[in-house]
Amino acid sequence: MIRQCAIIFGCLFAGELLVYLTGIKIPSSIIGMLLLTALLYFKVVKLRHVKAMSDLFIQNLAFFFIPPGVAIMLYFDVIRSQFLAIALSSVVSTLLVLTVTGWVYQKMKKNDD
Amino acid sequence: MIDYLAHSEVFAIALTFVVYFLSQKLYKQYPVFFLTPVLVTIVAIIALLKITGISYDAYNKGGNYIGFMLKPAVVALGVPLYLQLQEIKKQKWAILFSQLAGCIIGILSVVVLAKFFGASRSTIVSLVPKSVTTPIAMEISSTIGGIPSLTAGVVLTVGLLGSILGIRFLKLIRIKDHAAIGISMGTAAHGLGTARAAEESQLHGAFGGLGMILSGIITALLSPWIIGVLGNWL
Repeated sequence: MIRQCAIIFGCLFAGELLVYLTGIKIPSSIIGMLLLTALLYFKVVKLRHVKAMSDLFIQNLAFFFIPPGVAIMLYFDVIRSQFLAIALSSVVSTLLVLTVTGWVYQKMKKNDD
Repeated sequence: MIDYLAHSEVFAIALTFVVYFLSQKLYKQYPVFFLTPVLVTIVAIIALLKITGISYDAYNKGGNYIGFMLKPAVVALGVPLYLQLQEIKKQKWAILFSQLAGCIIGILSVVVLAKFFGASRSTIVSLVPKSVTTPIAMEISSTIGGIPSLTAGVVLTVGLLGSILGIRFLKLIRIKDHAAIGISMGTAAHGLGTARAAEESQLHGAFGGLGMILSGIITALLSPWIIGVLGNWL
C-alpha cells in the first residue's frame, strides 16, 4: 500500500514540479498520469506495484468530485442571470459532442484482423 | 452548535461520506438516472448548507481533503491507459479525428447557440471550454476573456449532465463500441464522464481518460484561434 501510494504521489509531485519549473498550463495531475503510463510502459514500475491502489482511486473517482461540485452554489447568481442561454446551449452542445465524437470514432475504428 | 459544525473539518468529511453512502443505497434501491449518487449528494449537501447557513468556504475546509484526492485519482488513470496502449496505438487515426471533430463541434455549437439565445459576449466566451476538465477550462476561459468562476460552474454542470445522461444517450443513438462510448464520455464530460465510463469497464475508463486529456489539450489550442476568427461577430 505504501509503495503504491509512493508511486502515485511521486508521479503527481513530478507533475507539479514540471509545472512549477516550466510554467506550462496543463494540470499537474494529467502530467502525472502520462508519467505513470510511461513508467509502466518502460517497465520502470511493475503493474502489480500500482494496480490495487489505482483501482481503488478509479472506482471512487466520482466521490472526490463532491466537494468541488458543491462549489456550484457559489455560482448560482451568475448562472441565474442568463440561465436559459447557458442551459440550452450547454445541453445541446454536450449532446452534439457525444454524438460527433462517438460517431466519428465508431466509423473510423479498425476492427480486429 | 452550528457555529461549532461550521468550524469542524471532521464534520464536513463525515457528512460527505455519510450522505454519499446513503445516496448509493438509495440508488441501489431506485436506479433511476436523476438519483445518481454524486448528484443526490451534491444537492443534499448544498441544501443542508443553505438551511444551516454554513458557508461553502467553511464546508470546504474539510471537503478540501476529499477534493484533493482528485489529483492522485487522475494520476491513477495512467494504469488503464497503459493497459490499453496496444488498442490506442491501433486506433490512433480514429482517436485523433474523433477528438478534432468533437472539440470543434463543441466549441462552435456552444458559441452559436449561446449567441442565438442572447447571451452576452463574456458569457459566451466562458462557455467555450465547458467540456474540459476544470483546471484546464479555467485557464482557457481567462485566456480568451471569459469569467473563470462562471466557467467552473458550467463545467461541473456539464460533467454531471454527461455522467447522468451520456451513456444512456449514446445507446439511444446506437454508439455501441466500448472505446467509442468511453472516449465520447471523456471528451464531452471530462472527469465526471470518465468516472461514469470507468464504472462500465477498464476499456471504457481508459478511453474516457484519453478523451479527457486530448480534448483538454486540443480545446486549449483551438479556442483562442476560433474565438479570434469569430471575434467581430460575437
